[in-house]
Amino acid sequence: MKEEIVDVYKGFNGGNWQENIDVADFIKQNYKEYKGDDNFLAPISPKTKKVWEKCEKLLQKEAKVGLLDVELNAVSGITSFKPGYIDKKNEVVVGLQTDKPLKRIVNLYGGTRMADKALEAYNKKLNPTLESHFKEFRKTHNDGVFDAYTPEIRRARKAGLLTGLPDAYGRGRIIGDYRRVALYGVDKLIEFKQKDYAKIDVSSEENIRLREEVAEQIKALNKLKEMAKSYGYDISKPATNAYEAVQWLYFAYLAGVKEDNGAAMSLGRTSTFLDIYIERDMQRKLMTEKDAQELIDQFIIKLRLVRHLRTPEYDEIFAGDPTWVTESVGGMLDDTHSLVTKNSFRYLHSLINLNPSPEPNLTILYSSKLPANFKRYCAKISIKTDAIQYEGDDVMRPIYGSDYAIACCVSAMKVGKQMQFFGARCNLAKTLLYSLNGGVDEKSGALVVEGLKKNKESVLNFDTVWKNYLKTMKLVAKTYVDAMNIIHYMHDKYAYEAIQMALHDTNVERLMAFGVAGFSVAVDSLSAIKYAKVSPIRNDEGIIVDFKITGDFPKFGNDDDRVDEIAVELVKAFKACLDENKTYRKSIKTLSLLTITSNVMYGKKTGATPDGRRAGVPFAPGANPMHERDTSGALASLNSVAKIPYCNCCQDGISNTFSIVPDALGKDDKARVKNLVSILDGYFDQEAQHLNVNVLNRSLLIDAMNNPWKYPNLTIRVSGYAVNFNKLSRAHQEEVIARTFHTSR
Amino acid sequence: MVKGNIDSFETMGLVDGPGVRFVVFMQGCPLRCAYCHNPETWSDKKKIEMTAEELVKKILKYRPYFGDEGGVTFSGGEPLRQPEFLLEALKECKKQNIHTCLDTSGFGENYEEILDYVDLVILDVKAIVPEKYKALTGQAIDKYNKFLETCQEKDKKLWLRQVIVPGYNDTKEDVLKLKAYIKNIKNVEKVELLPYHSMAKEKYKNLGIKYRLDDVVDMDKEKCKQLEKLLNN
Repeated sequence: MKEEIVDVYKGFNGGNWQENIDVADFIKQNYKEYKGDDNFLAPISPKTKKVWEKCEKLLQKEAKVGLLDVELNAVSGITSFKPGYIDKKNEVVVGLQTDKPLKRIVNLYGGTRMADKALEAYNKKLNPTLESHFKEFRKTHNDGVFDAYTPEIRRARKAGLLTGLPDAYGRGRIIGDYRRVALYGVDKLIEFKQKDYAKIDVSSEENIRLREEVAEQIKALNKLKEMAKSYGYDISKPATNAYEAVQWLYFAYLAGVKEDNGAAMSLGRTSTFLDIYIERDMQRKLMTEKDAQELIDQFIIKLRLVRHLRTPEYDEIFAGDPTWVTESVGGMLDDTHSLVTKNSFRYLHSLINLNPSPEPNLTILYSSKLPANFKRYCAKISIKTDAIQYEGDDVMRPIYGSDYAIACCVSAMKVGKQMQFFGARCNLAKTLLYSLNGGVDEKSGALVVEGLKKNKESVLNFDTVWKNYLKTMKLVAKTYVDAMNIIHYMHDKYAYEAIQMALHDTNVERLMAFGVAGFSVAVDSLSAIKYAKVSPIRNDEGIIVDFKITGDFPKFGNDDDRVDEIAVELVKAFKACLDENKTYRKSIKTLSLLTITSNVMYGKKTGATPDGRRAGVPFAPGANPMHERDTSGALASLNSVAKIPYCNCCQDGISNTFSIVPDALGKDDKARVKNLVSILDGYFDQEAQHLNVNVLNRSLLIDAMNNPWKYPNLTIRVSGYAVNFNKLSRAHQEEVIARTFHTSR
Repeated sequence: MVKGNIDSFETMGLVDGPGVRFVVFMQGCPLRCAYCHNPETWSDKKKIEMTAEELVKKILKYRPYFGDEGGVTFSGGEPLRQPEFLLEALKECKKQNIHTCLDTSGFGENYEEILDYVDLVILDVKAIVPEKYKALTGQAIDKYNKFLETCQEKDKKLWLRQVIVPGYNDTKEDVLKLKAYIKNIKNVEKVELLPYHSMAKEKYKNLGIKYRLDDVVDMDKEKCKQLEKLLNN
């Protein structure tokens, strides 16, 4: 056995990775940085073309009907489904979630009600035996949560104060270290888990829970082997070449998306890891560049086909059927060496070979120190496809080390060493209205937050408003943490992600991610109260339903410290309120400014605000300045967002979506690429965390909204992810069109 | 310290000089060009007033974006109309090692020292024939000629620009004449032809100024590109 392993690793440099599970060390010892340009890249191969053409037909069909097919005779599970193929003889990488491409899985562990609703929306009915099994003999995550929810949480949920909580769908945002399966083979991973298991004593409830979980993990690993076997592969041993490395890694990810339906089922950071295998095979003359690109393109095709069954309500929060197969590319190893390899280019090049697509969610871990050629290539792909996003490596690497990845949109975690308890968001604009209305909802008139007094001023005074806002945030934060503790307790208990957690260290660090919606609306409202004259308009019950604003005030997004300081104070204050509460499993609290597309729904549920926003009008997404209020040019807008602190405050991400008109970016393609690189360098050198880049005209989007058939592949970045524009609802399309498009005079 | 009178800023200027530039649009202009798309900058009415020091403090916030090539561009209006302030601002910029660019019609005085602190001059060649210049701008061409002469003496790097207006200077002959004219100018790094557009009409209406090119259609962008090719070949 030992000798065989040595042979498998022939050509690799040794290190700690041989003694322990340590993929980061394997990469560090073996990867080859690439500083050249994109001229080496190969076009789409004939085999890939055949496979992709078949997929495109299915995708077009799916786009028309919404749901192509769903398995009604089995529920989610690693070994629940027979093997499936697209075009067997041309597939270089195999494996599908079910027995057919784009056929979705019913997951009942999260809750039967949600699955029922989703199936009902498409006139489908689950095999009644399965359904009754779950309803009679098995308790679900959703059941558990609602058994424990407090009246405060229920009211906050109903009013739209806390929304999108993962209490009825899979929490996601867990990245298994899928690379481990390729590097070590499943048997070795089981061996390590068994050793861990033996060491866990049963002296506390906590330890018993962990012991049970590790037992579940080992079972899941055995099922992973079984699933791979059904496709004719034995993955108990390490991968011996690049084809196997991709295939092993993909099987591991596939097991995850067969078992779980988390909102974001991200891939991690795989391109440079796989490059090591490709380079070794090229050295041995086993592989050409064409083969390498074919292998990566085919892997990407598989990632593009991942689907989950969702309800219409879910689509309202996360529009466009996203799966967040986020892959983090690039980043630095240390201050002088980047982790960019030829394979980083190949991943991005798939957007050219296979047309732009929202998935996988390609995320560049950006630093101005990355190789110049790679930066230029990223900019070129951004301008061409609008499909990639950028995240600041310089703010994240000091916290997470060099082997972290992004889950979902902006959530960083150490691969295989940290996981996240995802927590949606809290509406801070509504919270401000509650602080003025004594906790009464401005739309329904119902009392949502108890223990607050109504503001009776005829002109709002900043100091009083701020004091009461703090008090309200404290109460809301308590309810929010309570909800999160309940949700994740129940999720662990009833819908545990065994295979994903099997690909983590046993003693994993847990992050609990809170979020904010309505950020710039709340900030501008406070600025209006401070710098202009804001007079509330009350209805007969004394509830403030509108505001009269006299005079001008500084608005977030113009690099004006008077208001940007309010922005910083606000996030710090809310984080401090959260920090007063204890979390489940001693998880570390983090906070994000990220709405995904829920800014539309949150806006709809929120009354008029003191910044002059009308009732029901969508919020700006994430940390973005409010639509059309950032009037001092694009860089002023970026500078405002860059001031929001990441480290120890918004450490779950600060999402900024930036749209610029092509003509404003430069006179020709060469100038545009160069200018975009300068903008990215400037933004991330100021320790900013995230930027979505869209280079397009508003008129193009309006045309696409009215004539969708003309733009089948129009991909745009919305908020931490990319979507196919045609898949958005009309309301979401209109919100995207209403955003600021930066021009240059 | 003298205060500058500024109309507005563009924090992300990507077409007024090399790289990413902070553009300062100065208030006030002695010319009345028929196609001007910033008529709000003509008058000497006080707009944003600030000292050179305050201005440079603001510019420095955008320095991270400048990269190897970018910097600041003084445009307008006519920046040479406020020579004292301009000189101070340019000196401050050079103290901070910021690349400086002057976007001008050349219509001004007392710019000898100013030019010493300018890395690149973007010079608007309104017209090369005196009569045409006068008809277009309302002023004589002499000051422009003098400015160009000084730039040549001081070996200043130049980008030349001309707005192409249909029926006015959009024929091949016009462009070939311009080409011959430019041949005699040294240190020309780039020549750009800008297609005339009527987007400013609304501004004139709001300001109560008569728009002189009411009957002129927008210059075809493609045709303008072709002319630019002809010029640069």
